[in-house]
Amino acid sequence: MVARNPYEVLGVKKDATEEEIRRVYRDLAKRYHPDLNPGNKQAEARFKEIAAAYDLLSDKEKRARYDRGEIDESGAERPRAYSYQDFAGAAPGAKYRSAEGMEPEDLEDLFAFFNREQGGRAGGGSFRMRGAARHYALTVDFLDAVNGARQRLELAAGKSLEVSIPPGVRDGQVLRLAGQGDPGIGGGAAGDALIEIHVAPHPFFRRDGDDIRLDLPVTLAEATQGAKVTVPMPAGAVTLTIPPGSNSGTILRLRGKGVGGRGDALVTLKLVLPEKPDSELSAFLKQWEAKHPYDPRKGLSA
Amino acid sequence: MIAFEAVLREVKGLDAAELERWIAIRWVRPERRGEAYLFHEIDVARLHLIVELRHELMIDDEAMPVVLNLLDQIYALRHRLNTVAQVIESLPPDIKDTLRAYFET
Repeated sequence: MVARNPYEVLGVKKDATEEEIRRVYRDLAKRYHPDLNPGNKQAEARFKEIAAAYDLLSDKEKRARYDRGEIDESGAERPRAYSYQDFAGAAPGAKYRSAEGMEPEDLEDLFAFFNREQGGRAGGGSFRMRGAARHYALTVDFLDAVNGARQRLELAAGKSLEVSIPPGVRDGQVLRLAGQGDPGIGGGAAGDALIEIHVAPHPFFRRDGDDIRLDLPVTLAEATQGAKVTVPMPAGAVTLTIPPGSNSGTILRLRGKGVGGRGDALVTLKLVLPEKPDSELSAFLKQWEAKHPYDPRKGLSA
Repeated sequence: MIAFEAVLREVKGLDAAELERWIAIRWVRPERRGEAYLFHEIDVARLHLIVELRHELMIDDEAMPVVLNLLDQIYALRHRLNTVAQVIESLPPDIKDTLRAYFET
C-alpha cells in the first residue's frame, strides 16, 4: 500500500490545530477501530492508515519535520500491539461472550426465525440437530494437575460444572465432557463441553513430560561428605541419599517419583554457601587450596 | 497467565487503582487464585482496548458499559454465525449449492 499524505488521510487542512487533529482522529478511530469492526478487513486497513497519520501529526516535532519535507509519510505504520478480536472470536472469548444475564441460546431461535419467514413450510419443524460444543478454559494448580483433583468450573448465569481432572493432565490439554455443551435442537443430543486446561506454575517443581524436575539446595558439607536429606515430591516427601563428592549440577534420579508413577523425579543439586561469608571456612580453604590445587576450567582452554 | 503487576507494566496508561476498579465493575474478569488475580491473554488484550477507548477515544465511564455490552454481543453473534457456517459446511453438496445460490442473489 502506498502511504498517503497524512493530512489527506485525516481530511484536515495543513494548518489544522492539534485539538482539531485529535478530534478528527477520535471520530475516525471510533468508526474504524478494528476491534469495533471485527472481520472487516477494509476497516482494519483504513484504521492502520489513520493511526499512522495521527502518529505523525500528533507529534509536534515529527509534524514540523514532515512539513519541512525532512521526512515522508512512509514507515510511519506500526503494527498494532494487541488485537482483541483475535481472542474474542476464539475459545478464550467465551467468558465475555456469555455476559451476565445473557445466556446464549442454542440455534433453536434461528430456526424458529427461518420457519416464520418461510411461512412455516420448512418441514413442519421436524428439524433435529445435535447441540454445538461449548469451549471453556480452566486453570489448575500444578499439584492438582499432577495428582488429579476435582474442581468446579464457573459457567455463565451462575451455573457451574464439576470437572474431574485426571492425574498427569498437561498444560493445553482439552478435556471433553459429553453432553455438557449446548442443548440439541428438536430432540437432538446435547453437544459436549470442551475444557482447555491451563496448568499454573509451581514455585519449585517443573514438569518435563512425565518427569518432575526440582533444584535442591545442598550445603558444602552435604555435597562433599554425602548426606540423607528430605526432599518434597508432588506425592509426598521422600528421603534422598546424596553420595559423597557430589558436584553442584549433579542430577539424581528418583525412579517412579514422577507424574502418575510413570516418570521419574530429576533432582539437580545446587551448592549453596553459608548465607554470610564465614572467616573460619575461608581461612581453612585458603590453606587447603594451597596444598590441593585443581583446575575446574581446564576443559575451557581454547 | 499474567499477574497483576505484570499487567500494569504491559498495558501502558493503566494504573493499579483503575485496574482494581475495572475488575470490581466487571469490565475485565481475570481469574481469582486465592488473594491473587491471574490474567489470560484475552484479558490483557481487552485491557489494551479499554484503555484505548477510555483515554484516546474518550468513551466515558457512563458510556463504556454500553460499548462493552454491545461489543460482547457482536462477538457472541459472530461466534454463533460461525457455528451456523460450520453446520452449513457439513450439509450435502446440493443443499449447499441451493444456499449459495440464495446468498449470491
